[in-house]
Amino acid sequence: MAMSIIKSSKPSQSHITVQQRKNKLGQLAVWILLAALLVFVAIKLFQSSLGPVRSGKPPDFTLTTFNDQTYTLSDLEGQIIVINFWASWCDPCKAEAEDLEMLWRDYKDKDVLLLGIDYVDTEKEALDYLSTWNITYPNGPDVGTRISQSYRIRGVPETYIVTQDGLLAKSFVGPVNYENIEIVLEALLDK
Amino acid sequence: MGIKWVAKSILLAMLLTCISFNKIPNVLAQDINPTDDEVNAISKQLYCPVCESIPLDACGTQACVQWRDTIRAKLTDGWSEEEIKQYFSDQYGIRVLAEPPVEGFNKLLWYLPPFLFLIGALLVTRLLSNTENGLRLQHETISNIDNANHYVERIEHDLKKWQ
Repeated sequence: MAMSIIKSSKPSQSHITVQQRKNKLGQLAVWILLAALLVFVAIKLFQSSLGPVRSGKPPDFTLTTFNDQTYTLSDLEGQIIVINFWASWCDPCKAEAEDLEMLWRDYKDKDVLLLGIDYVDTEKEALDYLSTWNITYPNGPDVGTRISQSYRIRGVPETYIVTQDGLLAKSFVGPVNYENIEIVLEALLDK
Repeated sequence: MGIKWVAKSILLAMLLTCISFNKIPNVLAQDINPTDDEVNAISKQLYCPVCESIPLDACGTQACVQWRDTIRAKLTDGWSEEEIKQYFSDQYGIRVLAEPPVEGFNKLLWYLPPFLFLIGALLVTRLLSNTENGLRLQHETISNIDNANHYVERIEHDLKKWQ
């Protein structure tokens, strides 16, 4: 009798198993969810920690200039492309503006194309800037900051030089001068 | 000639009255220029990507000054708040909006935190419930064993009597 009382006080074996299974499945679901969240956060952190694009094939983009001309990087293979990110509110950009225009005038007939990408700027001030520095090479706004995000730029100015084969030859963070770019262009033209 | 002179005098008097009450410039200013408050009301809903985590109304960089001037110009042109926010979103990406639209991947931003909170609350409730059940079961088991011991003692006692 005593043994039967003791036995009846315990939950049945099958009941414990079903309950335990439910608990384990619930825990598993929560762990999977947390793991997925951690992986997502890790990927985002990794992406944000990556610096600007340094080598290989640079991200493709289409730029519509202030004059409504359209340039798509992948369509420009065979030419050397100098991509310059700038803004009218950026003082270091002013330091390189004159040199970039000189480069354009000296190299535009040698299959070199200079593209200015105006980053987070207002159109009126951007056009004033281009006019002030007599800039004649193609320039356009980075609509939706899509180009700057794909190149993961950290600020302006930044300059990228793409070879005739469509590969990134050199990138500069900060202002450049005539000689910086000239050395790279001459080396690429000599190939 | 006399009537013209009277008309001119009346017009001059009206003009002088308006000027003396300083009415004309005020009315014109209110109609044309948006106030700083109106500009700031929109600015605080925007973030310039150059100055991270600083709303446009509190940012002092040249880029932000230019953006605020653009807002003022758009308000002057009669644009609505929504139209201006849409313009900035189209021009610089949705990351400039203080409150990104609830669509696509952005839905996670809105739904994930309360969802995680609910899961947390559920886990805590279950944990507490399990602990309570466990304690109750333990307590019942102990009292049942005590009862059983009591019965065993009585049986043993009765058996001794029979012997």
